[in-house]
Amino acid sequence: MALMTAATATAPRVPPWNDPVLRGWAFQVLVVGLFGLLVLFLVQNTLDNLERQKIASGFDFMDKEAGFEIGDTIIEYSAASSYGRAILVGIVNTLRVAVLGIVLATILGALVGIGRLSSNWLLAKICEVYVEAFRNVPLLLWLLLIAKFIRESLPGPRAVADKGLFDAIFLTNRGLYVPVPLDHPAWAWMGLAALVAIGIGWAVRRWARARQDATGQQFPVFLTFAGLIVGLPFVVWLLGGAPVGLSVPKLAGFNFAGGSVLQPEFVALLVGLTLYTSAFVAEIVRSGILAVHRGQTEAAMAIGLSRGQVMRLVLLPQALRVIVPPMTSQYLNITKNSSLAIAIGYPDLVASINVTINQTGQAIEGILIIMVAYLSVSLSISLFMNWYNKRIALVER
Amino acid sequence: MTDIASGAAPATRTSRPPPRGEAGAIGWLRKNLFGGVGDGLTTIVLLALLVWGLWGFVEWAVVNANFSAKSGPECTANSPGGACWAFVRDKYRLIFFGTFPFEQHWRPLFACIALFAMLIASCDRRFWNWRLAVIWLAGSGVALTLMFGGVFGLSFVETSSWGGLPVTLILATYGLAFAFPLGILAALGRRSKLPLIKSLCVGYIELIRGVPLISLLIMASVMLPLFLPSGFTIDKFLRALVAVVLFAGAYIAEIVRGGLQAIPKGQYEAADALGLGYARKTFFIVLPQALQVVIPPLVNTFVGFFKDTSLVLIIGIFDLLNAGEQAIVDRNWSGFANEIHVFLAMVYFVMCFAMSRYSKYLERELNKGVRR
Amino acid sequence: MKNWIRTSVAAAAVATAFTATTAWAGKDLDAIKARGQLICGVGPSSAGFYLLGGDGKWSGIDVDVCRAIAAAILGDSEKVKYVPASAQQRFQQVQSGEVDILSRTTTWTLTRDTALGLDFGHITYYDGQGFMVPKKLGVKSAKELGGATVCVQPGTTTELNLADYFRANNMQFKSVVIENRDEVEQAFYSGRCDVYTNDASGLASSRTTRAPKPDDYVILPELISKEPLAPAFRHGDNQFGDIVRWAVYAMLEAEEYGITAANVDKMKAENTNPVIKRILGTTPGMGKALGLDDDWAYRIIKQVGNYGESFERNMGDKSALKLPRGLNRLWTQGGLQYAPPIR
Repeated sequence: MALMTAATATAPRVPPWNDPVLRGWAFQVLVVGLFGLLVLFLVQNTLDNLERQKIASGFDFMDKEAGFEIGDTIIEYSAASSYGRAILVGIVNTLRVAVLGIVLATILGALVGIGRLSSNWLLAKICEVYVEAFRNVPLLLWLLLIAKFIRESLPGPRAVADKGLFDAIFLTNRGLYVPVPLDHPAWAWMGLAALVAIGIGWAVRRWARARQDATGQQFPVFLTFAGLIVGLPFVVWLLGGAPVGLSVPKLAGFNFAGGSVLQPEFVALLVGLTLYTSAFVAEIVRSGILAVHRGQTEAAMAIGLSRGQVMRLVLLPQALRVIVPPMTSQYLNITKNSSLAIAIGYPDLVASINVTINQTGQAIEGILIIMVAYLSVSLSISLFMNWYNKRIALVER
Repeated sequence: MTDIASGAAPATRTSRPPPRGEAGAIGWLRKNLFGGVGDGLTTIVLLALLVWGLWGFVEWAVVNANFSAKSGPECTANSPGGACWAFVRDKYRLIFFGTFPFEQHWRPLFACIALFAMLIASCDRRFWNWRLAVIWLAGSGVALTLMFGGVFGLSFVETSSWGGLPVTLILATYGLAFAFPLGILAALGRRSKLPLIKSLCVGYIELIRGVPLISLLIMASVMLPLFLPSGFTIDKFLRALVAVVLFAGAYIAEIVRGGLQAIPKGQYEAADALGLGYARKTFFIVLPQALQVVIPPLVNTFVGFFKDTSLVLIIGIFDLLNAGEQAIVDRNWSGFANEIHVFLAMVYFVMCFAMSRYSKYLERELNKGVRR
Repeated sequence: MKNWIRTSVAAAAVATAFTATTAWAGKDLDAIKARGQLICGVGPSSAGFYLLGGDGKWSGIDVDVCRAIAAAILGDSEKVKYVPASAQQRFQQVQSGEVDILSRTTTWTLTRDTALGLDFGHITYYDGQGFMVPKKLGVKSAKELGGATVCVQPGTTTELNLADYFRANNMQFKSVVIENRDEVEQAFYSGRCDVYTNDASGLASSRTTRAPKPDDYVILPELISKEPLAPAFRHGDNQFGDIVRWAVYAMLEAEEYGITAANVDKMKAENTNPVIKRILGTTPGMGKALGLDDDWAYRIIKQVGNYGESFERNMGDKSALKLPRGLNRLWTQGGLQYAPPIR
């Protein structure tokens, strides 16, 4: 086609049915028209069906009382809350497990990936077996297995009522109960202090870099940072009157009351997602490191860097360029795979929507919310990773 | 060294064995397991953990296991602390063939064999020509005839009674087979210069890749009936298959696009210079090369979808995993879910591992021409 | 490109074909007769209501309703095709015509009767939502359940009733919501929850068929809701609706007048009671009014049995469940089952 346009100047007049531009448009109109017809057909049917079955449409249901309980939520919710709130709980739960899963899978995956390249044959083999075992069995099966394992191997709350660790931490088939500090204004201030510490730490790092570039003098950035992030909140805690009140879980009736609980469904989903995805991450990390030319390692060794420094300063920055793009799709996979929660009873977005669809009959709106929510999360992750990828990309001069 | 120093002729030079501790088993151990203090410690700790963990598993799975009990309590009584494989033995037909009429289980069995034969034959590069079509027609014909019945005196069996391994195989195989042309079209469309076509394809690919398979399955099972005229219904199994095809299509499109991008521009220009039209250029020049490149990742995708078919459990289709879940629900055997799960995991592992190994082998084979 | 066009054309053709098929939706009864088979939606096995036996045959009182209808319309109680209907999609399956009748422990509610475009037959089982707890918890009443963890299946009225009941009684609870009934029951029996809630009959059925040790569990006395379970079918074909209702009435009438599968032949030949003669068609006329032949009720009783027999066989003393008849006794014995007269 490119050839034709280039030659039009001298070519004899082409009949319209042979003109590539016209043909292209005709074809597009045809395809889009047919697609439009199909969509029209589906929409018409849907409207007919909704009308005939008297199913309501629109998003009015979002404000109505949901009427069902959700077992695991970190924001306020009760049966008297609205459907909109129930869906929000679902979104928060999805994000909670996805974000934690991404962090844990990255760490574990990187360790296993590096382990596979270890000079220690046993370690390398164990890592290889790990990768193959988790990659080649469906995630859903892992989730069911882990969920059932937790459920069936741990004792009920009454059986462990007097067997807790320090009488404060209890591991039961209802989850892991841990004590949490009682509500106190100092906690909020400590959080703020931690944020401030991170900010200062970042500034120190910039300054230290600049100084090292200029003078060659090094500054113990890591130690300073560690000191800041521990010290600053500690000072605030002292200033806030050093609150020590703890809410300790205690058996009351059927379950423990007080403290905080990590529910088994959440743990099962998180563990399953982490183990499964870390196997893929390990492979990505491994191939990323292998992609760095051997000479780089040897050169770094030759100028006297330690093995840790070689990894941290020479290998990883270069490997990251290969690692980051495929990692993005793994992060997206974790987010999407978290929807398997529905099979083991963790109340994520899909579970919330599913109940909503059942109670209101408004399937179209429900599915629409799922799609929009996942698309926006996916898009945010993609955008962030693309930005990060650009940042670490090789700057060619 | 001494030889050289004594000035002997190179021909008579005898090579000495390497120093002790550098070769043989000890050398290997030294090099790979006890390279230094840290290395040695790691090895010992790992070895201890491995022995402990493995022994625990072997004790459960083999030493204390029971293979012959008639019920769960009998298992617990006869072999405490061991696996109750008798449960799997009692239920294996339910796991592999689900609710297919019991006395006709030979049908799904042979259907699976036909499908496996078809897939294995497809792995052989010698058949990658017109023979492949024949193999698929024959394999599919045999498998589907056996599953559906209704001819040759076989009773008709509906898809709602299908279950177990054949369902998993059919969903994965045909899901991907139908998704393949869809994916190629979407990939070509995405690289097309026609703006409307391009945006249509980009929209499809990105939309599907951004949402979980479950949402598509739920959509297929809950919403599809709303999309169709009243009184017209599509079989539930078919609806799930449609969802899998749509989903796989988008992923295949991205893989194929990778292959298309790998083709040097000169190939397109050469085709243009020969005066080939779009269709001939695509089918005779571009696709054959692009597909060659993407075969290994496609096999990996197949492994992925083979695993992902297990998600149909959520909309109530009895695939291998769901059939296994059904088998667990038996009061006579309560408390032995792990056995079934471990068994299922091994079944999946064997198949997926074989496929991923095949993909690695293919990658090496196909790269032989370009490797230096 | 040609492929694209071909695909699109094919798609359009298929689409037209789809539209063409809409025309049939009209006379359900005619469709059933033409097909020679009744398509009956039942759930995944639940003892007492619908249970798939090892021989591939379905049994249960909901199944018996379908068999009775098939016996009345088609003359043979075996001419039924059973289609699995999940809790979530069952109404769509009726609406879309995938099944003729849903005989699947479906609670009759106003919304379902009207907004979902369904009609309901006679109530085949009066049920109510209950709670089951392990005996060792020592709970005697549902009022003591504050703070408990409750296993429940989503997508049913059960989940809403549960939240309502705890709110009404100012109690807190934690829910564990699992879609799949098998999974949710496994979770309960493995101790993940203190309480399992479902229809009382479903609890009894689960306890008998799924619990590792049925004696370790008790069903609490409170029923927190009314669950009238009835067969559901598409709104529109009144004649089919009449047959669905009267097939069940015939089973109830037969019990009331002592007609059983065993004595029906003898009754038909010898009995002089005018009511029994009308039921069994010795006095003609009743079947014709329904659009059937006069032997319709005779066939039901002969092939399926009367309501009492069906109950005893599937839920009562002759079954593993051993449920008391409770509200489902005949009105003459203090229950709610009351059929209009056949005359």
